[in-house]
Amino acid sequence: MTTTDALPGAPRRRHAQPVDATLDAARVLALLATLVLVLAPHAAEFPAWVSVTVASVLGLRALFAWRGMGMPPAWWLALLATAAALGIWSSYGRLYGRDAALGLLLLMTCLKTLELRARRDAHVLVLLGYFLLVTGFLYSQSMGMAAYLLGCLWALTACLLTFQREPGRAAVPEVMRTAGLMIAQAAPLMLVLFLLFPRVQGPLWGLPLAQSAAQTGLSDTMAPGSVASLSLSDAVAFRVDFLSPAPEAKRLYWRGPVMWDFDGRAWRTGEALTTPAPVLGNVSEPLRYTVTLEPHNARWLFGLDMPAQRLEGSVLTADHQMLALRPVRARMRYETSSWLTYRAGLQESPRTLQRALALPSDYNPRALALGLRWRQDYPDPRNRVASALRMFGEQPFFYTLAPPLLGRDSVDEFLFDVRRGFCEHFASSFVVLMRAAGVPARVVTGYQGGVLNPVGGFLTVRQSEAHAWAEVWLQGEGWVRVDPTAAVSPQRIEGGLAAAVPADSGLPLFVRTDNALLKRARFTLDAIANGWNQWVLGYTPERQRELFQRLGMPKASWQGLAAALAMATGGVVLVLVLITLRRLRIAAPDPVTRAWNTLSAKLAPLGLARRPQEGPMDHGERVANALPAHAADVRRMAHLVVQLRYGREAAPEALEELRHRVRAFRPAPRWQRRVTTADGHPVTG
Amino acid sequence: METSLPHDGASAPAVPAGAVLLSQRRVYILPTGFGLLFALTVALVLLASINYNLSLGYVLAFLLAGLGLVAMLHTWRNLVQLEVSAGRTEPVFAGDAAVFQVLLVNNAGVARASIRLETAGALATSLDIPARGSSVARLHLGTQRRGWLKLPRIRVYTTYPLGLFRAWSWVELPLRALVWPQPENGDAPLPDRLPGSGEAGAGGRGTDDFAGMRTYQPGDSLRHVAWKALARDGRLVTKQFAGRTGQHLWLDFMLLPRAMGDEARLSRLTRWVLAAEAAGHAYGMRLPDREIAPGEGHPHCNRCLEALALYRLQGPKG
Repeated sequence: MTTTDALPGAPRRRHAQPVDATLDAARVLALLATLVLVLAPHAAEFPAWVSVTVASVLGLRALFAWRGMGMPPAWWLALLATAAALGIWSSYGRLYGRDAALGLLLLMTCLKTLELRARRDAHVLVLLGYFLLVTGFLYSQSMGMAAYLLGCLWALTACLLTFQREPGRAAVPEVMRTAGLMIAQAAPLMLVLFLLFPRVQGPLWGLPLAQSAAQTGLSDTMAPGSVASLSLSDAVAFRVDFLSPAPEAKRLYWRGPVMWDFDGRAWRTGEALTTPAPVLGNVSEPLRYTVTLEPHNARWLFGLDMPAQRLEGSVLTADHQMLALRPVRARMRYETSSWLTYRAGLQESPRTLQRALALPSDYNPRALALGLRWRQDYPDPRNRVASALRMFGEQPFFYTLAPPLLGRDSVDEFLFDVRRGFCEHFASSFVVLMRAAGVPARVVTGYQGGVLNPVGGFLTVRQSEAHAWAEVWLQGEGWVRVDPTAAVSPQRIEGGLAAAVPADSGLPLFVRTDNALLKRARFTLDAIANGWNQWVLGYTPERQRELFQRLGMPKASWQGLAAALAMATGGVVLVLVLITLRRLRIAAPDPVTRAWNTLSAKLAPLGLARRPQEGPMDHGERVANALPAHAADVRRMAHLVVQLRYGREAAPEALEELRHRVRAFRPAPRWQRRVTTADGHPVTG
Repeated sequence: METSLPHDGASAPAVPAGAVLLSQRRVYILPTGFGLLFALTVALVLLASINYNLSLGYVLAFLLAGLGLVAMLHTWRNLVQLEVSAGRTEPVFAGDAAVFQVLLVNNAGVARASIRLETAGALATSLDIPARGSSVARLHLGTQRRGWLKLPRIRVYTTYPLGLFRAWSWVELPLRALVWPQPENGDAPLPDRLPGSGEAGAGGRGTDDFAGMRTYQPGDSLRHVAWKALARDGRLVTKQFAGRTGQHLWLDFMLLPRAMGDEARLSRLTRWVLAAEAAGHAYGMRLPDREIAPGEGHPHCNRCLEALALYRLQGPKG
């Protein structure tokens, strides 16, 4: 039993020790430590002086708490706050905008700790901490970050909990357990709200700043070595979910930038032609699939050769490039379809064909001469294409990740001297030869292949799968894909990069196929990451609409959505209430207590009922004194109760005897009772 | 705390104390100011998440919203089904703080934390109650006037666990404290002893007649403790005497100068009662409407003080 006396009113002194008794050193230090955890992810994003200031102010406050020192006066704080604002202004040139405002918020939060005097201040700090959790997600929304900030949320909630307790009453494990339990109970509600709360597409104000770090990916230029450098990265480019079985690896050409313009050394996409609209003679059924594209800071949306569907918010160019309206800076998800067998651009305009024949005349004279000879030898363009492929296949060309450096006439040197190169060398020189031979041709870059994840059932395409190939235009067939790399190294196309290059060529870990166990672990991790991206990070308004469709509400009105939300929330709350009430249920008393209660009830008319704070011995003694006639009986019963409850070995006979005595007990009515001593007066309880 | 009070009616609650169960219908709940600030924070987190397309920001906002709701349930559960009943009070002299004990019984299988009690004129007190246990809260109320001091309506409330919501209930307990007159500060000597007059019913002449034994009551003079009995069977027993020899001390209201005023006369009598009791005299008391036969010991003293406290006051008699 605990008792508390109200605390006498403590005199309130300003600038003195914390006034509130709940703000003892232990709790202040716990709160400061939690704030350090919350603020830590921001450290890398701000100028060093911000981190140093935050750390030293928090350290100073911890010292105050540790040594029981008083807090600085208010004008000191005003001075510090002004200095902080000036510092932010000099670093960012303004006080608004995402980073400047956030920096200011961090500084003000740590200055607020110097004002931590009463429980109210602690409350405000916890709320600031809650808000700063969301800003942590601005930098990363990875699973690790989510777990870390969930831990911070737990710690903040535990801090809040301790401030509702009197000092010294709350043990750390108990507080952590209660806070954890509450968060766990909040989780189902969170899930319902996450899925059903109407989503609005941001931003509501301003534009999120472009991510500063340049992402890897294909660009609008292709110079010798640019694709090879990409293939050293095992960063994910995109993941694909096929709605039907995935096509075989050699048909997985993911179309990206299409290069038209050659300056003798590098290829460029040049001006993207949006007109005329691409025409596709469809020969097969379209293949439907969903792509989750990682941000790559460029506009290309990759699709399987040959994409023919214009997506909302994107452009489909005349050469079948899918272009987003803005560079892709956040992970995006789109569903599209492609035709694996097609006739593209049968009616190409002469102007376009002219562009597909252009070559700088003062570069690569040997290649130009070879092309010209083919043109004279073979009247049919198909034969010119075949002879080029035959050349790659029969002459000693090598497919390698580490080609030698090339000089001014890079195509000539590659074709006739070194003969070692990566896909961009083959594609580039093939297109040069074709154009010289009078066959309209262009370079297509993108990705080839992808690894089917057996765990998640999706295809992961990494930067290491970057590839370049060619397209030639033939009368009556349109644009036909020709992959000269396949002529040199068929393994690259059928078995991926690792199969095509020697084992020691420094490929990224994921591309190597040797260790089965490692491979399996990687697949599992990748599947988890994909699930996280799809269902947590990629839960967009579109995704929500999809979910409603799947739930049978294809075009739900907002009333319908609100009703669904209310019903689901209500259901979860109801379950929570039931759980809560269940724990309130009063436990049935044990037989000993029941017997004693019966005895007490029989004594109640005499004013001798057990008092709530009375033990059996005290009660028995009081009754025995009041009713001398029953003293022996009552004392025996009290003795039995104590023995049954606290005795080392309780005999069943004892319980039986107690029950029997209680049943037989008949205290004399009041008028027969001899009033004896001062003890005998009626007592309530 | 069990044995510290004499059971002489005045100190026990006059009305049988019915326990008050804080049923669902009696418990109110509303967000605190901090709770509203918390809601604002959740809204800001949601806004930031929408603006920056932070999927995990949504998760955080909804988790916090859920936490608020769970906190409401926990706050409500912390108070509901709690049993509040009157404990005891001790008589005090006017000017001292009267202590009202309020008993909180928790029959549920969950502990209650930071239950606060407050009432007009008393500072809030906070206590924890273990599962299937009870706690006693003590409310200190300042006193000014003699007579009965009723415990005002109590507000039992809690903001545990997160301080976002306050659940409260009003409880009226039949609990009152007897406030004795404040003893006078002066040094007026006790009146002279008078030879025992016939009207002292309990008195007899001659030797002290041993009348019997009874259990020791706190306040019994140590001179009357049966030490032999203590040595024999370890129980504190007081010897009782039917009569006291010698002269009786009469404390008479009417003999005090009228000019002093009633309250001052009561204060002086209060001091005299205490002084006489301390000196071990047998004393009687006369008030205009009441006479108390000479006697001594704690119960007698209490009877006198009660008579002084309630002199010419309306209200129920203890």
